Amino acid sequence: MNIFVCIKRVPDTSEAEVKVDANGKDVDSSKFSFDINDADNYAVEEAILIKEKVGGNVKVVSMGPKDGDVMIRMALAKGGDSAIRIEDPRINTVDPLQVAKVLAAAVKGQDFDLVLTGCMAEDDGNMAVGVALAETLGVPHAAMVKKVEVDEGKVKVYRELEGGLSEVVELALPAVLTIQTGINEPRYAPIRGIRMAQKKELKVLNLDDLGLAEDDVSEGSSLVELKNLYIPEVVSHAEIIEGEPEEKAEILADKLVKGGLL
Amino acid sequence: MGTILVLAEHRQGSLRDVSLEMLTKASQVAGQNGGEVVALLLGSGVDALADKLAGYSDKVLYVDNPLFADYNAEKYQLALVELVKQYNPELFMIGHTTQGVDLAPALAVEMGMPFVSDVIEIELADGKLQPVRQYYQGKVNANFAFKGEPPYLVSFREATLEVPEPSKQGSIEKIESPLKEDIEYRRFIEYVEAEVGDVDITQSEILVAIGRGVREDKNMPMIQELASAIKADLCGSRAATDAGWLEHDRQVGTSGKTVKPKLYIAIGISGAFQHLAGMKGAKTIVAINKDPDAPIFSVADFAIIDDLFKVVPKLTEKLKELVG
Ligand SMILES: Cc1cc2nc3c(=O)[nH]c(=O)nc-3n(C[C@H](O)[C@H](O)[C@H](O)COP(=O)(O)OP(=O)(O)OC[C@H]3O[C@@H](n4cnc5c(N)ncnc54)[C@H](O)[C@@H]3O)c2cc1C
Ligand SMILES: Nc1ncnc2c1ncn2[C@@H]1O[C@H](COP(=O)(O)O)[C@@H](O)[C@H]1O
Repeated sequence: MNIFVCIKRVPDTSEAEVKVDANGKDVDSSKFSFDINDADNYAVEEAILIKEKVGGNVKVVSMGPKDGDVMIRMALAKGGDSAIRIEDPRINTVDPLQVAKVLAAAVKGQDFDLVLTGCMAEDDGNMAVGVALAETLGVPHAAMVKKVEVDEGKVKVYRELEGGLSEVVELALPAVLTIQTGINEPRYAPIRGIRMAQKKELKVLNLDDLGLAEDDVSEGSSLVELKNLYIPEVVSHAEIIEGEPEEKAEILADKLVKGGLL
Repeated sequence: MGTILVLAEHRQGSLRDVSLEMLTKASQVAGQNGGEVVALLLGSGVDALADKLAGYSDKVLYVDNPLFADYNAEKYQLALVELVKQYNPELFMIGHTTQGVDLAPALAVEMGMPFVSDVIEIELADGKLQPVRQYYQGKVNANFAFKGEPPYLVSFREATLEVPEPSKQGSIEKIESPLKEDIEYRRFIEYVEAEVGDVDITQSEILVAIGRGVREDKNMPMIQELASAIKADLCGSRAATDAGWLEHDRQVGTSGKTVKPKLYIAIGISGAFQHLAGMKGAKTIVAINKDPDAPIFSVADFAIIDDLFKVVPKLTEKLKELVG
């Protein structure tokens, strides 16, 4: 089974202050720490689990700057066989349909049974690239996958729906699956794997290598335009409790008990 | 403004809330601009659902065909390509739900439609539609513009607005199914219900909720001590259940449970919209988080902006003293 897995390097902004830069089109990312997107980490694990079960080959695909090589090597250390990193300043990363076009070009023409993506990138939250990729490749797909059972020429997947409900769906292969977090328990890379990963192939490609024209994937040719970014006003009616941490705890306890909440 | 077409979403015989939310939003946008709001429903045995949609639309178009008994992205796509061409809306809205994200991007690619996903608001700027979406889990908003020709496509986030009482009486028109035959390459098999755990958190009066900020399993006793001091049940964000600190049936949010306790104490939870959707109905919300910009504070009644590891033990101690 030939499996491609798409991984993205994203900033962890859960505790970071996010500032919009002067042109209003980007944020200042100089202080962010980056790592593999959460859902993609699960997608890598799922690809390796499938390979371990039925045999085959796992190819890692990532579009982004050279800093992503560390994350890519980590996926190789866990059991990926080879990798492609796509880097080209002409690519408009704002439009998920164009990102999908780029990723599709890296997969097209090669033998594949499955392409796994994460269901959502934490930075842009589009939840669109995987499904758009399937359409661009002209193969069936299922989004939000929480369980995969590979069979001869087909795959049975459990799609996670709202409220804990799942939907079981069968797809003909080749297919694209977008993987939801929690589907498995991502492994840590073994030391030996880390050493071996340094020797595995990591190709760096640009648009020309992929046979794409600038007009296919540039900002100018996108059908949507990001006009400006801004920090939303957080309307909060919360009473902010002040003081040293221990004081805050005591004040809160008082309020909860005296306010009749407990 | 031309037509705003809204894809009604339903499952197991009921309309999903997002359907009426989108129609409400569509009416607001159309109201400013004199457009028509049309609900589109694909289903089987869905007369009653069509009636309900009519209360929120100028027109309801519906396909009633066993081929659409259960949702199937690929079948929907085949039908929608035809219907969108035929009715040529200016704007087409699909829910940003587990259905919509499985459908909208592929439809956009196939039809070459300008598409913005996870839209939280549709504004008008210089007479043009301006979808608004977010980045970095709600920390930044972005104004978008559509380029090129309509129809424009958005997937619209659920639970962004209140749905009023129905005030319209749209016409209802049954239409032919553009899809005549079943497909082989994607088949719906069945629904599987979530496993039932030991505690039903939807019934809990007091909930202590934890998120990734709790960091590791070995910090759980600290949380459990707080919970037992105030007889609360434990629940958490998806990050907490994915990490295995809690059972999956204790997850709060769109893909977990919707809870309405009297008191919800959120500890180390950022407040992603998927989480907020499941808990913002709680009567009183306490949030403990060291990031002053965490979106959880937007729904909190009491906020402690600090390190949970310093706050929680003291809170437990004091509460034991007061209620113990
Ligand atoms: C389709 C889909 C469905 C989803 N459904 C759900 C759902 O049902 N429920 C859900 O919860 N999520 C859901 N999610 C995930 C959601 O998008 C978020 O990723 C998740 O809610 C984040 O969990 P968190 O707040 O615990 O973690 P994070 O976002 O990582 O936040 C951790 C927080 O802890 C704070 N913190 C860290 N250390 C400390 C400290 N020492 N003291 C105080 N504070 C600290 C940080 O400031 C941060 O705000 C879904 C995602 C998708 C794609
Ligand atoms: N630059 C990228 N490189 C590789 N994969 C990507 C990239 N952007 C998005 N993806 C994949 O598409 C998924 C969904 O992304 P999104 O639609 O942006 O939320 C991610 O989880 C990745 O698997």
